[in-house]
Parts: sequence; structure tokens; C-alpha cells
Amino acid sequence: MSDSSDASPRILYCRCAYAQVVPADVKDAVLAGLAAAGTSFEAVPDLCEMAARRDPHLAELARAAGGLTIAACWPRAVRGLFALADAPLPEQGVTILNMRTDAADTVLAGLGAPLGKAVSER
Amino acid sequence: MIATPLPPRVVLYEGRGAVPLAPADRGRLFAALLDRGYAVTLAGANAADATVGGTIVVIGCFGGSPPEVAGADVSVCDISGRSADDVVESVEAARGERRMNRPEAARAPTDRATDTWKPWFPVIDPARCTNCMQCLSFCLFDVYGVSPDNTLRVENPANCKVNCPACSRVCPDVAIMFPKYHAGPIDGGPVSEADVSREKMKVDISALLGGDIYAKLRERSADAKARFSRERSADQALAERRRCLTKLAEAAAIPREVLDALPSPEEIRRRADEAAARAAAARAAAGKPA
Ligand code: SF4
Ligand code: SF4
Repeated sequence: MSDSSDASPRILYCRCAYAQVVPADVKDAVLAGLAAAGTSFEAVPDLCEMAARRDPHLAELARAAGGLTIAACWPRAVRGLFALADAPLPEQGVTILNMRTDAADTVLAGLGAPLGKAVSER
Repeated sequence: MIATPLPPRVVLYEGRGAVPLAPADRGRLFAALLDRGYAVTLAGANAADATVGGTIVVIGCFGGSPPEVAGADVSVCDISGRSADDVVESVEAARGERRMNRPEAARAPTDRATDTWKPWFPVIDPARCTNCMQCLSFCLFDVYGVSPDNTLRVENPANCKVNCPACSRVCPDVAIMFPKYHAGPIDGGPVSEADVSREKMKVDISALLGGDIYAKLRERSADAKARFSRERSADQALAERRRCLTKLAEAAAIPREVLDALPSPEEIRRRADEAAARAAAARAAAGKPA
């Protein structure tokens, strides 16, 4: 987003709306935390669905100049989904947080650095 | 591919000229829109980055003076003082008559008239895949294809049979994931040594039926057919097919309804031969042994 500097990682939150593989309490708490921080972020109903569509927005996110922090599920799956959508994630500059296995606090802490930076520039 | 078009993207604009929502209201609104299948972006001073591609609905608390926004694909909606449900209805109205995929229907697909496709399809781990093309040979539904550079590609994800992870069992390198599967490593979790030796699993499936499972399925159906003509017993033929399918279902975690929906033995043979030929051609083009 242009309210943060180009060097700020973009934040992408996946709701996993078409299945219940991400615990509801975790994804709700992470979304609430992001919404409370008030900084710019993108939320998608389901990264799997986007990848199946080969949604061009994924390529745009993968190219994000300041990097990308993703809250979704297993990093291997998320990387595979971006690759399937012809939008492979770069090795560097991408952080994938796993809401499937980690507690909301852990995920929010992982989002903390980019959130803090973006908030301070808001 | 997916039958329904992309729904509009929603941008909650909270930059200059808009009053930010209270954090709790913002969270509720995001959840409500996401659960209906809309992507949402929280945008600050400049929403330009958020408006890449597709139709956009810009929402915000504009105090009765919504900004002028250029572009045929952009509409603006003042949400001052409105509830999350009310805002969702406005976004639905902005979508108009266009159909969209619906998460709530996919989670509980009771209403078949509603557009719903659960995004279930194989995802390849590029770091593990060796392009052996065994999955392409195995799949009867044209899910897999070959890229111009002769590597494996998930060509038609929407052709995949929902909740069937069968092809993940044929991959010798544990490279096939189904992110919505309930357990690892198929869900994308870490792959252990034991999982790699799961190639045995593939052998086991073969051993179970004495060879390639589709070949066996065809044989069994042929046997059943022969018996049918001998005994004129449709029930017995059907029972035989059921027995075979049940064994397969247990061995490869293939949902019963997927097996029940398999085409005729002749059609299975035609598709299997076609897929095997494509895989062989891809291997030859990549200079790999057949
Ligand atoms: S990427 Fe993971 S969290 Fe997101 S929709 Fe797919 S399975 Fe769910
Ligand atoms: S079977 Fe596995 S290793 Fe072989 S092409 Fe398919 S995904 Fe790749």
C-alpha cells in the first residue's frame, strides 16, 4: 500500500473460508488483531480458490517490492499454491505464518514487525 | 475452469476524507465479507495499490460526501453508521446479477442450486516434484497437464473430485498436496522419512489388487460382465464391482461417491490409455526414460 513505504512488507490474510482446516478461533483472533492495528492489509476468502483461478492478483502480491507476510497455513502448501497460479513466491522477503498449527498470539507476533512498521508510517 | 466469475474486490478506504471504523466494527465487517466470498483490502491514504484488476467496490465512512472515483469498474458506497450485515447487502447489490462462488454453500452443500465449488485440487511442491508424470498417468479426469517446458502442471483444478486425495498416494516423492486435507503430509505439512518410504503405500495398493489399480478395476468389471452374461445376474455384477471399489476406497482413501461415479470400464480404459500416452510423450520430450 502506498501509505506505507515501498520497503514495508505487504500483509495477506487468508480466511480459508471454504473449509475448516484453520481453527476458527485462531483465524478470528488474527483477523481481529489485524483489524485492530488499523494498518493496510489484504484479506482473501480462500487462497486455494484464488490459485485455482490463477488470479492475477497473486502475481502482483508475489512481486511486492517490500516483501510479503502471509497468514495462512503450511508454508509448503502456500508456496505450491502461488506456483500453481504462475506466481511463484521469491525465496527471500516472504514470511508465511501458519494459522493451522500456531496460536493466534504467535501469528500476530509474526505479523508484528510488518504491522509495527506500517503503523508507524501511517 | 471455475464456472463462476471473480466477485468484486472490496476496498475499505480509511484515508483522507473518510472516518476510520472502530477496530471491532472493522473486524466484524471484514469477517462478514470474507465469509461471503469477497476479498477485502484495508486501504489508507491512497487506495491505488489495492485496486489492481477486476471490479472494485470502495466502501468507507464518507459522512455523506463520497469521493468521485474514475473508472467504469469502480463503485463507491458510503457506509457511515451502517451495520456489517447492511454493508454486505450493499456489496451484494453492487455485484448485481453476476454469479459467484459461495463459501457457505461449499461448507454445507445442501442447496445444489447455489453456486458452490469447494477449492479441492492437487498442489505440487515444486521442490520435491521430479516430473516423473506418474500422477498424470494415474488421473482419469485431465487434472494434470504438461507445461511448455515439459514439466508437470495442474492444468484443470476444477476437474478434481472433491475430497479425493488418491493421486497423492501415487507420487513416489510425496510432492502432491491437498491443502484442505485433514492430515499431513498431504495437507502440506512436513514430509518425514517415513512418508518418503510411503512409496511402499503405492506398492501396497498395487499388491492389494495385483497390479495397476485401474487395470484391475477394468479386469474386475470385465469379469463381472462375463459373469453377468453367464448368469444373467445384474445384481451379482454390481456386487462384484462394489466389492472391488470398497477395497480401493479403503486402500487409497478414495471417497465412495468418487468411485461410484467412475465411468464405464471402456471409458476408463480409453482415458487411462490417453493419460499414459500424454505422460510418455512428456517424459520423452524431457529426455526421460519411458
Ligand atoms: S491456503 Fe491454506 S489457509 Fe488458505 S484457503 Fe488454502 S488451505 Fe486454507
Ligand atoms: S507423481 Fe509426484 S514427482 Fe511424479 S510428476 Fe507427479 S507430483 Fe511430480
